[in-house]
Amino acid sequence: MTDATVLVATSGRSLWSDAWRRLRRNRAAVASAVHLAVMTIACIVGPNLTGHPFTTIYEDYVRVPPSLAPYPQPDQIEPALVDTLKRARLELKSWRLDGDRIAIEATATRPIDDRVTRYLDRSSTFEEARVEARSSDGLAVTLSASVRRLLFLFGTDNTGRDLLTRTLIAGRVSLAIGLLAGLVAVVIGVLYGAISGFVGGRTDEVMMRIVDVLYSLPFIFLVIVLVVFFGRDFVLMFLAVGAVLWLDMARIVRGQTLSIKRQEYVEAARALGVTNAGILWRHVVPNTLGTVVIYMTLLVPQVIILESFLSYLGLGVQEPMTSWGVLIAQGAKNIPSANWLLIFPSLFLTTTLFALNFLGDGLRDALDPKDR
Amino acid sequence: MTELRQTGNPAQPILAFDNLAVSFATPDGPVEAVRGISVAVGEGETVAIVGESGSGKSQAMMAAMGLLAKNGRAAGSVRYRGREILGLPARDLNRIRGEKIAMIFQEPMTSLDPLYRIGDQIAEPIMAHRRLDRREARARALELLSLVGIGDPGRRLRSYPHQLSGGQRQRAMIAMALANGPEVLIADEPTTALDVTIEAQIVALLSDLQRRLGMAIVFITHNLRLVRQLAHRVYVMRAGEVVEHGLTAGIFASPQHPYTQMLLAAEPEGRKRPPPAGAPVLLEGHHISVAFHLGGGLLGGPAFVLHALDKVDIALRRGETIGVVGESGSGKSTLGRALLRLLDSEGTIRFEGRDLRALSAAEMRPLRRELQVVFQDPFGSLSPRMTVGDIVTEGLRVHAPSLSAAERDRRAVEALADVQIDPAVRNRYPHEFSGGQRQRIAIARAIILRPKVVILDEPTSALDRSVQKQIVELLRRLQEEHGLSYIFISHDLAIVRAMADRVLVMQSGRVVEAAPTEAIFTDPREPYTRELLAAALLGETRAGMA
Repeated sequence: MTDATVLVATSGRSLWSDAWRRLRRNRAAVASAVHLAVMTIACIVGPNLTGHPFTTIYEDYVRVPPSLAPYPQPDQIEPALVDTLKRARLELKSWRLDGDRIAIEATATRPIDDRVTRYLDRSSTFEEARVEARSSDGLAVTLSASVRRLLFLFGTDNTGRDLLTRTLIAGRVSLAIGLLAGLVAVVIGVLYGAISGFVGGRTDEVMMRIVDVLYSLPFIFLVIVLVVFFGRDFVLMFLAVGAVLWLDMARIVRGQTLSIKRQEYVEAARALGVTNAGILWRHVVPNTLGTVVIYMTLLVPQVIILESFLSYLGLGVQEPMTSWGVLIAQGAKNIPSANWLLIFPSLFLTTTLFALNFLGDGLRDALDPKDR
Repeated sequence: MTELRQTGNPAQPILAFDNLAVSFATPDGPVEAVRGISVAVGEGETVAIVGESGSGKSQAMMAAMGLLAKNGRAAGSVRYRGREILGLPARDLNRIRGEKIAMIFQEPMTSLDPLYRIGDQIAEPIMAHRRLDRREARARALELLSLVGIGDPGRRLRSYPHQLSGGQRQRAMIAMALANGPEVLIADEPTTALDVTIEAQIVALLSDLQRRLGMAIVFITHNLRLVRQLAHRVYVMRAGEVVEHGLTAGIFASPQHPYTQMLLAAEPEGRKRPPPAGAPVLLEGHHISVAFHLGGGLLGGPAFVLHALDKVDIALRRGETIGVVGESGSGKSTLGRALLRLLDSEGTIRFEGRDLRALSAAEMRPLRRELQVVFQDPFGSLSPRMTVGDIVTEGLRVHAPSLSAAERDRRAVEALADVQIDPAVRNRYPHEFSGGQRQRIAIARAIILRPKVVILDEPTSALDRSVQKQIVELLRRLQEEHGLSYIFISHDLAIVRAMADRVLVMQSGRVVEAAPTEAIFTDPREPYTRELLAAALLGETRAGMA
């Protein structure tokens, strides 16, 4: 037998690698996976690249529509200028745009202080204001300032914040909650369901009745109680949502376990003297994972929607932090005046949900044992 | 039998396959299941298509009936009364399918819809094809049920499938197939899932129906014995090709192709060498009883008690093989599980003098090393998500946890080589192996622990005859080399004869006869034993008459 011991073992195709190959042939699933990857990356790095912090308010650009050209647009300069100078108690005589810089002539009824430039600097349209010349009586002044060119691809919201940045930041929150709460649900649900189904008998009865009791609790009531006791907290959201959604997972895994534990390979393991924990870990749980993976892709969108709903009620994330649900709630209020506030966040949310569902569908086909 | 032979006339076939090919598109490229076969079925003729699993015999029929899986593609031609039916649109095909050509399948459990009464299921195709009203259709259903010999057909009409036994379900399936008086009946392994005595009845029924109704039967099977007494002509298929065909008598008298010869010779031969006289008793069961309590849960009514095992005695000596024979439901598998303490039982079970029933699960664990088991289903008994190496060495993790991974791997290589599996494949997964290979892997998992007793629970039942023969030889060799004692559970008497020193015949949870193997075969005392023998050896006796 010595020569056999040096044999190099060829590696096999696991069921997972088979499923992976099937999944790769499913165009919709692959496109969905790519979409999700792009979305995730965009949400993670995107907010740093848009040039707008998500909390910055641009007073001059409240609810401006989306545009590919940078703001301010030519016709916006004068109103902004008049506005700013009025605050400085100056009257605009004339202005001239010279490349990026603007030359302004203004007058006042009282002598003009040099510090008027601060009014210009403070506005969101101009920066680097300087006094170029002043009249001898100090009642007229020539100012120059550069015009800030700002790009709002998705427009801005009611308080003048860049919607693109906020949508991406919201995506971070929604995806993180979806993924983490989904994970919480999967971990608890798989362990609980597998133990319940595997041990069986009275333990199973008691464990599943506990699930039934939890099912009967009104979810919103539960969340309100949690929020009242522990205060509003991002982490609490994961726990609340995950704690409710593991119930479905536990039932599904229990059902799977019931059929798996009657398989002959489980009986063979028992005959080998494998402990219950060993059987659970090596035989039962790995064989439920196909179903679990599929269910998880359907669970994540459910969590995202739940979070949106909670945020809509004001129980979820709070300003200035935001999520897709919050943005959509705000957008819904502005449909007549600023429909882009609804369109962009809901586009992001729905495409992500679509992609997750398609991916789940593809996974179900890929992992379906009947196709083996 | 001679008058039967004249009814067939393959020169004017009612159903003709001409160069039929079936291929499936798979991720690994196209798989050719059928490679151009030509089969002709004459009016009123029984044609058998014989082949082992994977020979393409079923797929050829599926292609003819337009029932291929969606990645399948058929080429060539299939003609019914000269009309091409291959590739016919479903609407036109339905006028032939179910009315002129009917089909029955292997699995009577799943071929009937559990939600509908038998009568409604039979009446449905009648109403669909003949435009009869419900009452007339029911009358016809009743008539059909009596025709296929179901007892008390009036009551059975109102039964649900789960209230029928396997044999009754298959009879009901046949009744459904006969509903519209088909000219051709395609029977795809109709008896494979049934007990031998039931199998004999179904075959007798089919040949009787064929004579009375004068229809043609295409009988697909892997079982040569059945073919011998039923078919006029035989086609032998292997790997998608017809390797030999001819009149049944001719094929059996002088098979030309080596594959046919191999199939005919695939009955396991040889006998086990008896154990030395005075070998000590290893495993002993006295008055073992097992009762299952069905129903009765939290809100259920009174529980129904099923006595699966009723006061069974068994004593296994070192080096001995005891064959346990019986039909499904006779309690033979329950006996194996009870002996292994996988089930709770009453009575005493002693292994090397220790009472196993007094041991806790933890105390039992070290003894499991000595008592191993191989199950029937080579697809269900290996965990699909573990590599073969991990499966084989799982027992070592439990009983020799101090072994290093390298040492475990070495033992896996040794055990796999012992069962003639190339050890290089130990990182592969079970689904990449054939049924016979999987069963070898299951045997390797049992013997890697060097057990004293192995309980073999129908280890060959799910395998092709030729593979069965190899497994039997492997088991006999392992027994000699490792001094194993076997309890060999099977419904297949031919294999038991080749394996066992003594035989227990079981029926309804009781041992009806226990005797040395040869005595059982040459001088059966109990009527039930004789019935089993008659069913199993039907082919041989009929052949002797012909």
